[in-house]
Amino acid sequence: MTLSLLAVQVAEQAPGAELGPATQLAWLTIALPLLGFVLNGLISMVRPQARRLVSLVGPGVLLAAFAVAAAIFLEARAHSPETPIILTLWPWLHAGDLRIDLALQIDQLSILMLLVVTGVGSLIHIYSVGYMGEDPGYARYFAYLNLFVAFMLVLVLGANFPVLFIGWEGVGLCSYLLIGFWFTDKANADAGKKAFLANRVGDFGFLIAMFLLWQTVGALDFGTVFHRAPEALTTTAATWITIFLLLGCAGKSAQIPLYVWLPDAMAGPTPVSALIHAATMVTAGVYLVARTGVLFALAPATGLLTAGIGALTALFAATIGLRQYDIKKVLAYSTISQLGYMFLAVGVGAYATGLFHLVTHAFFKALLFLGSGSVIYALHHAYHTTHSHEDAQDMRNMGGLKQWLPVTCGLMWIATLAIAGVPPFSGFFSKDEILAATFARGAEQPVYYLFYAMGALAAFLTAVYMARLMAMTFHGENRTGAAEQEHLHEAPAVMTAPLIVLALLSLFGGAINLPHFVGGNAALERWLEPVTHPATAMHPLSMPTGLTEEVLIGGAVLIAALGLWVGFRTALGQPILPAREAPPETGFARVLYRKYYVDEIYDALFVKPLVWLSDKVLWRVVDQALVDGLLVNGGVVGSRWLGALGSRIQSGQLGLYVLLFLVGAIWVLDTILR
Amino acid sequence: MLLGPALGLSAILFTIGVAGVLLRRNAIVLFMCVELMLNAVNLAFVALAQVYGVGAYLIAFFVMTVAAAEAAVGLAIILAVFRHHQSIDLQNINLLHG
Amino acid sequence: MTEAVFYVFAAVAVISAACCVLQRSPVGALIFLVQAMLALGAIFVILQGQFIGVIQILVYAGAIMVLFLFIIMLLNLGRTSSDIRGPAGIAATIVLAGLIAVELGGLWAYSPARIGREVRGSAGMIQAQAAFAGGEAAQRATAAHGVVGAIAPPLFNEYLVPFEITSILLLAAIVGAVVLAKRKV
Repeated sequence: MTLSLLAVQVAEQAPGAELGPATQLAWLTIALPLLGFVLNGLISMVRPQARRLVSLVGPGVLLAAFAVAAAIFLEARAHSPETPIILTLWPWLHAGDLRIDLALQIDQLSILMLLVVTGVGSLIHIYSVGYMGEDPGYARYFAYLNLFVAFMLVLVLGANFPVLFIGWEGVGLCSYLLIGFWFTDKANADAGKKAFLANRVGDFGFLIAMFLLWQTVGALDFGTVFHRAPEALTTTAATWITIFLLLGCAGKSAQIPLYVWLPDAMAGPTPVSALIHAATMVTAGVYLVARTGVLFALAPATGLLTAGIGALTALFAATIGLRQYDIKKVLAYSTISQLGYMFLAVGVGAYATGLFHLVTHAFFKALLFLGSGSVIYALHHAYHTTHSHEDAQDMRNMGGLKQWLPVTCGLMWIATLAIAGVPPFSGFFSKDEILAATFARGAEQPVYYLFYAMGALAAFLTAVYMARLMAMTFHGENRTGAAEQEHLHEAPAVMTAPLIVLALLSLFGGAINLPHFVGGNAALERWLEPVTHPATAMHPLSMPTGLTEEVLIGGAVLIAALGLWVGFRTALGQPILPAREAPPETGFARVLYRKYYVDEIYDALFVKPLVWLSDKVLWRVVDQALVDGLLVNGGVVGSRWLGALGSRIQSGQLGLYVLLFLVGAIWVLDTILR
Repeated sequence: MLLGPALGLSAILFTIGVAGVLLRRNAIVLFMCVELMLNAVNLAFVALAQVYGVGAYLIAFFVMTVAAAEAAVGLAIILAVFRHHQSIDLQNINLLHG
Repeated sequence: MTEAVFYVFAAVAVISAACCVLQRSPVGALIFLVQAMLALGAIFVILQGQFIGVIQILVYAGAIMVLFLFIIMLLNLGRTSSDIRGPAGIAATIVLAGLIAVELGGLWAYSPARIGREVRGSAGMIQAQAAFAGGEAAQRATAAHGVVGAIAPPLFNEYLVPFEITSILLLAAIVGAVVLAKRKV
């Protein structure tokens, strides 16, 4: 099997372009983490205490995959293929006209995602060695994490919708497994279930979109679909397809209305939150929209809807983040908000910009999560030593930690400045471009100005809540307790080293797509052009230049600086009490703290009626009464009754037999005489 | 000649025989009604001899022969049943019941 | 004239049969049945089946009915209560017998011409030529060789096998009756 895989069939490639050796082995990037999953899974079942082996295998396969990814990138830079390279691994579904193969697509977009997933993934794997080092489920953790990376790579490397869907579902599964990693606590298991179910609603949308595509275009592999789509699809068809795709993205990338699972997903280990719910899985939706840009360009209404949902989510989640006290919840809502920005970008049609923000967000959000993980690690360790039962994740129990965790503090400040959008950090360039693109679209349709305003306001609030987070955690007075303070210390090197790498990327990451006015050459945008061109050509976007551009940039910087100042001041302005002493929230703050009661509303609107339906109707009536009672037991009773009736004919009485005989004789007579 | 009336008479006698079989509980009388039915059938065959020839007579002849054999065996059975039950009232004989 | 005689004997047969069926005592029923058989024998003779008529009286009325009488006497039933079934039985009788009467009632309308038409029109086993030719052949044979002489050739030629089988059947019946009626097997 391996040999046949090595001799991979190549379906299409650019004429004259050689297929480099690394590109031919692109399937290794999936196979290596998969191998890691198998090995770690076996270890977890057979010898769970073999920690050193797991520490080698888990991150090791990821680093190897990253090496392959880097090699593929270098080859692509050298040759720069105009058309995607399709590697067909083996035929999968051949039924009538339907021909779907298990095929990988190597083009600029998939290489970009490949690098992000394997690169950031490797760093997080290394971090996990330290963070999860003492957990009894260490091997199982790495098995799941490796499996996740394998599925994510299937998602980004897939050459057709079904293969992408395999990855799509697979990452949903791994998300469920990892969120509920400590499943012995029911709340964690429930969070995993919630994530899976919310994703399922989105998956339904994705499936419907695939069915519609097959029905209208008659193909499911990307090349054929995007080639035929402009002629084969009416605007209505394209709109419906993209709306259903958007539903899928809303589930996977936590947009309104399906974002509710992401804050609960913080029940999982922090590196999981960093990898899955910040850097990779939640970006799958953005990747999908970018990949199917042609379809979205054919349906401008959906583009508007996407941008609107993105802008609204960005603002909505930012407001909730203002009043959360769990450090990971703040970051969760921040992720939802930043994903809103990415959707705003791809909705507007600036695909490269959205992907740029995806990349920079992966850097600084992973850094933020891992940094918070270090903080939680320290507090947890301290509480464990003093046998206290305080919440190690509640910011009201932190404060002034820069004294004991200086490195983490500094690194997280780098990430905060990046996410707030302060130049020259990477976040500034990506966020500013998104807002500029939205503003540019406003010239065509004024509603985009509203989206711009929402985005700008959300940017302000982002700076506010991030500054608040930093202030409550690292500055001001310490509220952890005198006994615990002795045991607070910096995280071990294995955890801090990846943070440093991520900080460097957050600082200098903007270089991959520096705009012209700073003297850059928009490298990422030009790199992605062969992929985004078909879509952007249909619906061109002219970015603002000259005075407009300078005003927008200036405004963005001003918003960021103002937000940081306001957040820092108000957070430290009044005294903060530790979690157990803190008074309950009141007024509008309470609404924000309770997340606008969305979970309660969903519960009343959807969950309770469904549960009622299942219990009272489907179980009691349909299953117990109808199926069990009527059909099964009733069948038994009925056949018993019929049998009893039938046996009464066998009375042994000659008279009855003669009677029946005569009845039969009359019947025959009648038939003959007719 | 007289084909129609003869066949009609055969039908009437047959019906009377059927009524008798359904009405009577005494085994021997029931048997006699069966013989009546057989006679009715014999009459039908003899009446149709003018259409189908001598073969009809022969069929009637064989029917009689078989009726004789059947009567002998049937009566022997009734005798045996009587010895067992001391009665030949069919209401009480239900050894065949299932 | 022949018809009048026929109808007289027909009436006798029907009334005797009805009385037989409704008679309470078995011996009475038997006597009435014998009477019906005698009337039927006369009707056979009217229908030119003289041989069968004589056989009817000799075998049926003379032997079989006598056997019935022997058995009745042997069982020594005496005067028993009425053995006619109750209302349910009477209802069933009326329904079923009525049905059969209705079904068979159509036989009254048959004449040789109608049978000929039906036989010629049907695609059954009976060939049109076999009908009527047989009847005329029977009349000629009777005229030529007498009643017995007309029946004998078919009996020992075409119907030889049934004849032999019937004799074996009688043998089996004898043996069976003897075995069944023994007191101790």
